[in-house]
Amino acid sequence: MAEFVLEFEKPIVELESKIRELQNLSDSSNMNVDEELSVLTKKVEETKKAIYDSLTAWQRVQLARHPSRPYSLDYINLIFKDFLEFHGDRRYAEDPAIVAGFAKLDNQPVMIIGTQKGRNTKENVFRNFGCPHPEGYRKALRLMKLADKSCVPVVCLIDTPGAFPGIASEERHIGEAIAVNLREMFSLSVPVLAVVIGEGGSGGALGIGIGNRILVMENAYYSVITPEGCAAILWKDRAYSAKAAESLKLTGKDLMELGIVDEIVKEPLGGAHKNYEEAAALLKKAIKKNIDSLKKMSGEELKDQRYKKYRSITYIKES
Amino acid sequence: MALFRKARYSTLNPTDKREDQPSKKKEIPHGLWEKCPQCSETIYAKQKEENLNLCPRCSYHYPMTAWNRIKLLTDEGSFLEFDADMESVDKLQFEGVAPYLSKLEENKKKTGLKDAVVYGTASLDERKYVLAVMDFRFLGASMGCVVGEKVTRAAELALKEKLPFVIATASGGARMYEGMLSLMQMAKTSGALERLDEAGLPYIVIMTHPTTAGVTASFASLGDLILAEPGAMIAFAGPRVIKDTTQAKLPEGFQTAEFLLKKGLIDKIIGRKNLRNELSLCLEYVTSSCKVHSAERGKAQAK
Ligand SMILES: [Zn+2]
Repeated sequence: MAEFVLEFEKPIVELESKIRELQNLSDSSNMNVDEELSVLTKKVEETKKAIYDSLTAWQRVQLARHPSRPYSLDYINLIFKDFLEFHGDRRYAEDPAIVAGFAKLDNQPVMIIGTQKGRNTKENVFRNFGCPHPEGYRKALRLMKLADKSCVPVVCLIDTPGAFPGIASEERHIGEAIAVNLREMFSLSVPVLAVVIGEGGSGGALGIGIGNRILVMENAYYSVITPEGCAAILWKDRAYSAKAAESLKLTGKDLMELGIVDEIVKEPLGGAHKNYEEAAALLKKAIKKNIDSLKKMSGEELKDQRYKKYRSITYIKES
Repeated sequence: MALFRKARYSTLNPTDKREDQPSKKKEIPHGLWEKCPQCSETIYAKQKEENLNLCPRCSYHYPMTAWNRIKLLTDEGSFLEFDADMESVDKLQFEGVAPYLSKLEENKKKTGLKDAVVYGTASLDERKYVLAVMDFRFLGASMGCVVGEKVTRAAELALKEKLPFVIATASGGARMYEGMLSLMQMAKTSGALERLDEAGLPYIVIMTHPTTAGVTASFASLGDLILAEPGAMIAFAGPRVIKDTTQAKLPEGFQTAEFLLKKGLIDKIIGRKNLRNELSLCLEYVTSSCKVHSAERGKAQAK
């Protein structure tokens, strides 16, 4: 597959290809290009730093949607072992837009729930672009309740444009499926960690997102509506998507300031898609640290802390 | 991928023109006469207002204001409002086409409300309960922090007083001006309802036109009983979003209360003329439980 390059990534990619050309030249002609190479290499690093230190909200949204970005199953394979996936909601169907099952984080058993996108057209048809139907949420809840019974922490990996807006989805009550998950996740007596690894698309993300802690990866976003949707409604023009992305305050940093997100998980320079192993190592460290500290709390304390966390998200005026 | 970049929590515009929407005023001079969107009969506005906002000919259910709804569902003089002074703030300092604060002011003036929910305690046929009512006129009853906080406090009040909780919903979805704070209200309200459920206290939802998006995907769908008014639009994603995403032809009557009754979401559709009596009967049945304060207590307080 040809590398997918975002507009703002282009200067870096151009410099990198120059470096490769020079290396080829030196290999084939015995010319000494060490000096030029070191200048260019330095320039790449500077350019990367300049670009990634000042990403706009809209650029982060694009990184979060980058087609080469690691998805839930990539992280599951790189971070956990003995993943035992389970299927079906016992009501209607299996929904491949959500993967779920037991796994081990080193020796700590966990229940993983993750929305899963496809890497190509065929996979995306199967995974429905990571947009779950009601069955996905019902399967997730069924297995979270099993985790509760098994005294095993729950780790939710969130990467979805949103719950699927379709006829079947509505007929089988997608709103109710999400609502029940929201309510029932408050009743779990085990640690619940929600991590937005890519796209945190509104209610579809929240439907598996009620955690004791909410983590957001550096180039992920979490929003009540897509910037495009917001632009179309407020400005009546999708060209205002970048502006909407800014206004919506959807980056990890903004959400930490609002008291919604607890921690930002660092990514390799240039984004998680540049180095899967490094991204996974950083994520693993963050998951482990949080699970270890949450495990010290009792079931009642966990429920109480989870309720208070959301209960406190209130900005109002009372005279 | 453009396929899925559509609004999901937007404020929906119901296709039909209903009362209290500004567009109506332009179409009908003096607001004296209007055309019923269901039977097309030209009706005298006052006649409709005196008839619970129902079309006198076909009983089309026009939306009701929060205070008229409260009047319909409570014993006279029994409603005691809580947190009447709670107001929204522009925490995000949202940079949009129009400033959020001016939108709020405009809607306060238009409706006489501070935001889209009114809640408090009341009695119905001398049975005490907690009632929250949403008013679609106020920014499409979109859910921001005030809506979420009032619904949460209403649930907590019911929990504290051991009373049943009834809510009449209507909402276009999230309050975009409050961004993720708006989404978090879905979590907060559902968390409060988990505690109510855990305590064994009954929760009744009356879905009115239109109940959509984030409200549908949280407290509106969590009722022990889910009642609905005839013809109410009830949805998670709006019909336009579904059409744009899937290119599918939508079934007849899709996303109406009647459709969802058939599909198993709604317990019962109740016309407005019967709503008071049937809600009273529901309350009678659910309060016969030992966990809820008895009818006697309600009577004592009403006197
Ligand atoms: Zn009519």
